[in-house]
Amino acid sequence: MLAKRIVPCLDVQDGRVVKGKKFTDIQDVADPVELGKRYSELGADELVFYDITASHEKRDIFLDVVERVSEEVHIPFTVGGGIRTVDDFRAVLQAGADKVSINSAAVTNPDLIDEASVRFGNQCVVLSIDAKEADGEWYVFVKGGRENTGKKLIEWAIEGEKRGAGEIVLNVMDTDGVKQGYRSDVMAQLSDHVNIPVVASGGAGKEEHFLDVLTNGKADAALAASVFHFNEIELSDLKQYLYNHELPIRLG
Amino acid sequence: MIAIIDYGAGNLKNVKHALKLLEIDAFVTDDPSDLAQADGMILPGVGAFGEAMKRLEASGFVDTIKQEVDKGTPLLGICLGMQLLFDKSYEHGEHAGLGLIEGEIVRFSDDVKVPHMGWNQLALKQMTSLNEGVQDEDYVYFVHSYYAQATHEADILHETVYGKSFTSAVKRGHVMGMQYHPEKSSRVGMQLLKNFGEMVQ
Repeated sequence: MLAKRIVPCLDVQDGRVVKGKKFTDIQDVADPVELGKRYSELGADELVFYDITASHEKRDIFLDVVERVSEEVHIPFTVGGGIRTVDDFRAVLQAGADKVSINSAAVTNPDLIDEASVRFGNQCVVLSIDAKEADGEWYVFVKGGRENTGKKLIEWAIEGEKRGAGEIVLNVMDTDGVKQGYRSDVMAQLSDHVNIPVVASGGAGKEEHFLDVLTNGKADAALAASVFHFNEIELSDLKQYLYNHELPIRLG
Repeated sequence: MIAIIDYGAGNLKNVKHALKLLEIDAFVTDDPSDLAQADGMILPGVGAFGEAMKRLEASGFVDTIKQEVDKGTPLLGICLGMQLLFDKSYEHGEHAGLGLIEGEIVRFSDDVKVPHMGWNQLALKQMTSLNEGVQDEDYVYFVHSYYAQATHEADILHETVYGKSFTSAVKRGHVMGMQYHPEKSSRVGMQLLKNFGEMVQ
């Protein structure tokens, strides 16, 4: 049976892993390659490396991280942040990434989804969506949650799938970093409307939150960062817990 | 020495890194004449079947791979590389494959999410030197939209259930294939690659 995936996410700035609350107050944590390796050994099913370096000149530092991860970590990993063009896709894929996630660039230029999926295959195009609730509707936001694009979440997800995205990561911005649980209601809604895997993001604080979003939220995978970085939840314990609750989970 | 065949279809680096970690000698080549010196061959690949066969053909690998297989050199196809071992595929039309293993490649039906992406389990159909140390129900990593239907039960090493049961690994003599990515499958995948490395030596 296809396993539910647990996916630690590592934000990388200037070659180091960082994680702050609500996109600000950034704290330095560790070497991305070492941390990625450790998570892989503890049973992470996939990893996400997100480049949050502001300047484009420092792109090489990040590509070097991607390269080293592919040498030392033998589970799949996604790379995101700063991907604007098909050439950007090619660069990180050639450095060893398995999948590439795009967010605001896809909003600005939706054709990028089509172009990248035709060129590299649907399986490596991940559409990452930052969403917030406004007046009882879920909207797609960009610029760290400051700008409402006016696109409705479900409509944008369906369009993304049609254009060729192979997976959707839904990050609910209000719950991100707050550790009060995922928004399983909106995850389930999204899952009901697309026929590609849905990765839940934003809100993991306790083991129960993962169980909830992977069952009630119908998510195929759950992404989290700080609970793993700060050892608040041990990956291997989490997977045993989910396994004990009869979810299809890969142990060891 | 294992030759990793580079025909412009996909990520060879991860396979190479995994072999390096296992201390198995390997080199990447886009020159068919190099295959004569290899003790084993790995045919990787992601992307579309028809395009991959075209590239293999254009780069002169199709005949050379078959010649080396005839000489007894072990061949391992990974992901699309496994699919290419079969007679034909129905991905975007109908395309002939290498014809080294009987069977065909078809698409998953829409009652499951496509691509089949993630960790799924192996059902052990037979134990050989290739899958020694790998248990029934072990998890490996898959990413694909099409799957193989092997004609002969005797060629099937592993099956996996996704909506229905499909052929996830094959072995016909020294021609082998894995639909999953051993290079991305952590401990289990490393064991499989190690086994292949030992068969080659």
